[in-house]
Amino acid sequence: MTNRVFPHPILSLFLWILWLMLNNSTAAGDIIFSLILAIVIPIFTSPYWEEKIVLHKPLLFAKFFCIVMWDILVSNIVVAKLILDKNDKLHPGFVAIDLDIKHPFGISILANTISLTPGTVSCDLTVDRKQLIVHFLDLKDPESAAQEIKNRYEKPLMEVYESC
Amino acid sequence: MLETVLHIAFLIVSVAMFLSFYRLIIGPDAIDRVLALDTLYINSIAILILYGIYETSSLYFEVALLISIMGFVGTIALSKFLLRGDIIE
Amino acid sequence: MFEIVLSVLILIGAFFTLVGSIGLYKLPGFYMRLHGPTKATTLGVGTILIASSIYFTVKTGSLSLHEFLIALFLFITAPVSAHLMSKVALHIGTKRVDRTQDYIDKKDDKDSLD
Repeated sequence: MTNRVFPHPILSLFLWILWLMLNNSTAAGDIIFSLILAIVIPIFTSPYWEEKIVLHKPLLFAKFFCIVMWDILVSNIVVAKLILDKNDKLHPGFVAIDLDIKHPFGISILANTISLTPGTVSCDLTVDRKQLIVHFLDLKDPESAAQEIKNRYEKPLMEVYESC
Repeated sequence: MLETVLHIAFLIVSVAMFLSFYRLIIGPDAIDRVLALDTLYINSIAILILYGIYETSSLYFEVALLISIMGFVGTIALSKFLLRGDIIE
Repeated sequence: MFEIVLSVLILIGAFFTLVGSIGLYKLPGFYMRLHGPTKATTLGVGTILIASSIYFTVKTGSLSLHEFLIALFLFITAPVSAHLMSKVALHIGTKRVDRTQDYIDKKDDKDSLD
């Protein structure tokens, strides 16, 4: 029964919060209307969602989210310094990172995280989804840079998505 | 005090928009110009939000939201066009 | 107090926006330019949005969270557009700065156009 009414509970929750935020109010009418939307939209669009959206280990994901936010803050300051200094000493470089993570959604979150943290941009994914090509603004040591990304971002993501 | 700070912020963001616009004009490659346009729309979101604070009106929020959506679609369309020479196959 | 916090947030946001555009203006080569705007601008606009949220919450007396929608949207879309632009540049063969180090195995492909 819950499957019939809420085929995608996370999507429903997301839509509900999204509509309330968009209207910027918690009036009773808005809450009821957004609840109707949150129930109706997932039912009508469920043929297009091939796989179920699931979130295993939400606590671990929240911890990962906090780490990423902190890194964005810290490395923004670092990159701002790099940009404002003289740019002749920067050593840009491309590195191919071997991926252990298999889940497609996990890979896309990893690529987005790499792009969001300053100093690195994910450029391309090879066809076999085994390597992610990353551009570094200032590359000192390719080995340790790749290792740091693997340890810091890929490990928690693999733990979250390994069971899917 | 807030008004003075907002005036300074307007000035700073305007300079930022001017620099992106300069890159839009000189950018040696087409992809540089796409990047400059991308930066330009994000800057315009910043200036609209600041103007919304200045006028104490949440009307400008909707404008900023629309620009952020349209700007993203525009960037994707231009990149796709450069990649394939076509947007929708 | 409220005005000071707001002013600091607005100035930080404006400063990072400017840094992003300075990066776009002065860095050599497309791939390096990509780093300036997509990063600093995201934090810049993010801070300004937080300031706006605080301002309207205090001004109207009710919680104003819709600014975070823009922040959320930008944080999802900024990496996607950066990824697509750098992918385009890689496939078109945009010129790199001469001192760029390259650790990509050449075995991969010219046909990963999708």
